[in-house]
Amino acid sequence: MTAAAPALSVEGLSVEFRTRSGIVRALDNVSFSVRKGETIALVGESGSGKSVTAYATMGILDPAGKVTAGRAMLGGLDLLSAKPSQLAEVRGREIAMIFQNPRTALNPIRPVGRQIADVLIRHRNVPRAAAPAQAIEMLRAVGITDPARRARAYPFEMSGGMCQRVMIAIALAAKPSLLIADEPTTGLDVTTQAVIMDLVSDLARDMGMATIFITHDLALAGQRSSRIVVMHAGHVVENAATKDLLAHPRHPYTAELIAATPDAAASLDKLASVSGSLPDLRRTDLPPCRYSERCPRKIAACAQPLPHTTLDADHAAACWHPLPIRRVVAPTESAA
Amino acid sequence: MTILLDVADVSKLFTAGGPGAWTRLKRRLAGGPQTLPKVHAVEDVSFVINKGETVGLVGESGCGKSTLVRALTRLVDLSEGSIKLGDRELSLKAARVFARDRDRARIQMVFQDAGESINPRFTAFDAIADPLRRLRKLHGKALIERVETVATQCGLPPQLLSRFPHQLSGGQRARVGIARAIAVQPDLLVLDEPTAALDVSVQVVILQLLQRLKKDIGMSYLFVSHDLSVLRLLCDRVLVMYLGKIVESGPAATVFEKPLHPYTQALVAAVPRLHQSGAERLRLIGEPRSPIDPDPNVCRFYGRCPRGTDACKAAMPALRALGDRQVACHFA
Repeated sequence: MTAAAPALSVEGLSVEFRTRSGIVRALDNVSFSVRKGETIALVGESGSGKSVTAYATMGILDPAGKVTAGRAMLGGLDLLSAKPSQLAEVRGREIAMIFQNPRTALNPIRPVGRQIADVLIRHRNVPRAAAPAQAIEMLRAVGITDPARRARAYPFEMSGGMCQRVMIAIALAAKPSLLIADEPTTGLDVTTQAVIMDLVSDLARDMGMATIFITHDLALAGQRSSRIVVMHAGHVVENAATKDLLAHPRHPYTAELIAATPDAAASLDKLASVSGSLPDLRRTDLPPCRYSERCPRKIAACAQPLPHTTLDADHAAACWHPLPIRRVVAPTESAA
Repeated sequence: MTILLDVADVSKLFTAGGPGAWTRLKRRLAGGPQTLPKVHAVEDVSFVINKGETVGLVGESGCGKSTLVRALTRLVDLSEGSIKLGDRELSLKAARVFARDRDRARIQMVFQDAGESINPRFTAFDAIADPLRRLRKLHGKALIERVETVATQCGLPPQLLSRFPHQLSGGQRARVGIARAIAVQPDLLVLDEPTAALDVSVQVVILQLLQRLKKDIGMSYLFVSHDLSVLRLLCDRVLVMYLGKIVESGPAATVFEKPLHPYTQALVAAVPRLHQSGAERLRLIGEPRSPIDPDPNVCRFYGRCPRGTDACKAAMPALRALGDRQVACHFA
């Protein structure tokens, strides 16, 4: 499993936000890594810190946010302590990001072809005169019909699916080695979602890119990633190979998430809901395990500091009382 | 079973762009043709909803689901067709007149994103009280009592009623949206993607709430979504819509397990499933055909359909019955 070197390895990342009502400990000791050519998924409810992890790695956190500990190694460079000028070289060229809402992420007053050309000129040293033609080629590569005409269109003239294709073209224009996709298909139809996800995985495979795919849909993550990192309230609670994690979840939170995913149950009554809600991250008396207050399997040991999770273990769960290994979750109907 | 809502041959056409006013005036003075291009948003849609039934409506964005729903709930006027609620024909009254009709309370709607559709300057109490004031003419103590009953029924603690939408979580806002729709005890509740903006974990709770409310109050639901896996959980019957037309309908479980229309097949294949590695490769390529003045003799799905042949551009397939299902495809 350790054959390929990690493209990105995040170690012990902690992030705080200073707000008027106190310090929000948004991330605490988050560690994971992604290898070259691998796709991992960051999964969790909204507010669990998935996007903050991505933003911190990209160095585009909100000014109120501060990285208090940790490293994010991309090749030999620590992204978290890099100078802004170094980061500017890496961003767009080495790491690219696809944002959640393509319509707001694209520049509304610039034709999409020009926006792609900008990346080519800045990061690939493409001559100004040749950039528009290459931008049209990128549009063709992401499956936009009539790319020459579409290159002159503005984002508002395109459908949501097409805007997302343009975002992908911009992200991939510089042939990055790492792609972060932050809920790329939220707000799109299932049919469009399938096509967009196919596109991302095909291009990632062809270019040998490492991909971090952020989503709250465990079913989608299961289909599209080889590894899943489950986050809850700023902690990584479980990290395992996708098949293993879905079939044998060890952390109780993962098990509840799986039970809440519509596909797992035949009827609504069988669907479980995740009990409780995320703890207030401004509290100073947060328990070591931030899930313990919602947890159905809480024991006395949960008051101790979290068990150390090894980064390269095939299946890591930050839990004192994990589910037994041989627990199988609803496999009966998936076989049918 | 008694029929609650009978929708027959409903069409809704919008006039599309076309030339500007000056060009149109010049043409009129010259005695030229006056027809403007029309967007066929909904065309010849017929179906019934029985009492106590939950019907799902599924299709991609731009297929006309929302227009159809807005026509059924009488928020917009129809171009053609009839909508009967019980014995009452609803399409005769203009939408703005119907807003003050006595039957207005019988069809209520839960809108897509509760965060956007609730007046941001109304507290949760005002949002739920508004339809009660307008349609039930409730005041004072009776009003407060009713609002609190409904809120509790929807799992919204009365302490939260004084809050504004931005002070509520996504799940709580969804509950306010549902509470204000059921406050006037409608016979038919139309839900337009009520869980689209919610997390998976919250979505389950809201779906279970809807199922419980249906049992308690005995309403019928028309549940609009683009997510078949959600529809399958809640619905007795589903209607699949593509570009303004219904292409397939039938019991939810069988449509989901054995889709007949190629579009439904693609829709089912696109739903991600937990215990199935590797996506099934049935993909729709390209964009849908233009809804502006479409050729009445070409199947709407032609061009995107993996099975399209010359027959599909020679004659539009009609919706025909196959057992307890209906499908509009030459090859089904």
